[in-house]
Amino acid sequence: MTQPIAPAGANTWIIGTRKGAWSLNMGGGQLGEPWFFGAQVHHVVQDPRGSETMLAAVRTGHLGPTVYRSTDSGRTWKEAGQPPKFRPKEDYADSPLDADDGRRQGLTLDHLFFIAPAHASQPGVWFGGSSPIGLFKSEDDGVTWEGVSGFNDNPQLSKWCYNFAPGTPDGPKCHSVQVDPTKPNRLLVGLSGGGLFLSDDRGASWAPINSGVAMEFAPPKEDGTEYEFGHDPHDAVIHPANPRRWYHQNHCGIYRLDWQDGAAKQRWIRIGNNMPKDVGDIGFPMTCHPKDDKTVWVVPMDGQTIWPRTSVNGKPAVFRTRDGGESWQRLDRGLPSRGWHTVLRQAMAHNGGASLELAFGTTSGELWGSSDEGDSWKSLATGLPKIMSVTAARID
Amino acid sequence: MPAVRVRVASLLHSYTGGLKVIELEAATVGEALKALEQRFPGLHFRVIDEQGQIRPHMNVFLNEDKVQNLATPVAAGMEIYIVGALSGG
Repeated sequence: MTQPIAPAGANTWIIGTRKGAWSLNMGGGQLGEPWFFGAQVHHVVQDPRGSETMLAAVRTGHLGPTVYRSTDSGRTWKEAGQPPKFRPKEDYADSPLDADDGRRQGLTLDHLFFIAPAHASQPGVWFGGSSPIGLFKSEDDGVTWEGVSGFNDNPQLSKWCYNFAPGTPDGPKCHSVQVDPTKPNRLLVGLSGGGLFLSDDRGASWAPINSGVAMEFAPPKEDGTEYEFGHDPHDAVIHPANPRRWYHQNHCGIYRLDWQDGAAKQRWIRIGNNMPKDVGDIGFPMTCHPKDDKTVWVVPMDGQTIWPRTSVNGKPAVFRTRDGGESWQRLDRGLPSRGWHTVLRQAMAHNGGASLELAFGTTSGELWGSSDEGDSWKSLATGLPKIMSVTAARID
Repeated sequence: MPAVRVRVASLLHSYTGGLKVIELEAATVGEALKALEQRFPGLHFRVIDEQGQIRPHMNVFLNEDKVQNLATPVAAGMEIYIVGALSGG
């Protein structure tokens, strides 16, 4: 859920791809001319807090990662004056970190992966999750970026995230940066791999929040307890309409957490157990209905044997729950009867509107849309490069 | 300090305002890159990462020698080339 709250009046899909970004009016029409043609566009997010700012996480093969800003609906873009970057290793020379800690070896930003606006009460403040794993913040509407020290310099971070080791095909990622709409100090981030982590002090301190989440890629702990971290969440959301309800799609299942006041531990329940057994509950994106905290869409991927990560049994389908994950409906009307789609974690979105539009993009460059909450799907675009993200924006 | 000429490949022309050749004074390759940053903000980080290393897909040459160390001294009349590496497919 890369964009829990879409900008009011969103009318355009923004499609980030391996070779640039494209816009497509939701009412139909042709793809626009590409932005950042030739560059990897991991995420493009328009500010849902009322400003005109749009930020793009862009990486070129030669020149490295950066952030671009637009304040005119994408007509013009300007590079951030101070893009995100890690601290030089010399800064950690006298730190208590282990000698083999990735930060003491020197981390180099490969790309900013996830862009998130901060709380509505903090206009101009943005967060960015990166690969290698890091969390960055801008307080001037995306012009300059600094690392969030409470996260990036946290002594526990290397332990939480396998010491920044590559574990996912495009590198380890900090993603799903979520701000609780009712608690400005509360932040949730997902680490692939590493798990989900919560801060209740605007990022100054962090703790794992993975109780109940499976880790089928590791042996059971000998003392019978759960792993506190090391998990692989793919996509997580604090529900915008009910911030006490969280969902996440994990490498090992689909989960819901209902916040329990006074509980010693918050606990995830595996609502993916209610998916058809021949489909399973592996996938990447998860999209929540903006108003209804019981409605969620996922795109199951084949997680058998060697993890092909394509449509299960070669039959593309979206699955939807209307009851918080107690039951799921297969939605494949309009989708190809045979196909091997891969839908990445940032490649599904809604427009936030009363008349809800949904879209997802595939790594084979197809964009699919639904105007009836997923009951049926139609092709919106084909022939695009590998789609890495889909978001909604208002472009007049 | 020695006067050197820096030739910049097209992928950096958006930073140099279209200039292909820049003349400046520097004692080392690293100083030349820092001098470029003074004139063209943002260019340095596109060539040198935050750990002080030349980005893996960028190449810097001093005359015809590939630069491995930014402390490499330069002499008057030398040329520095900043180019995209042969990479990808």
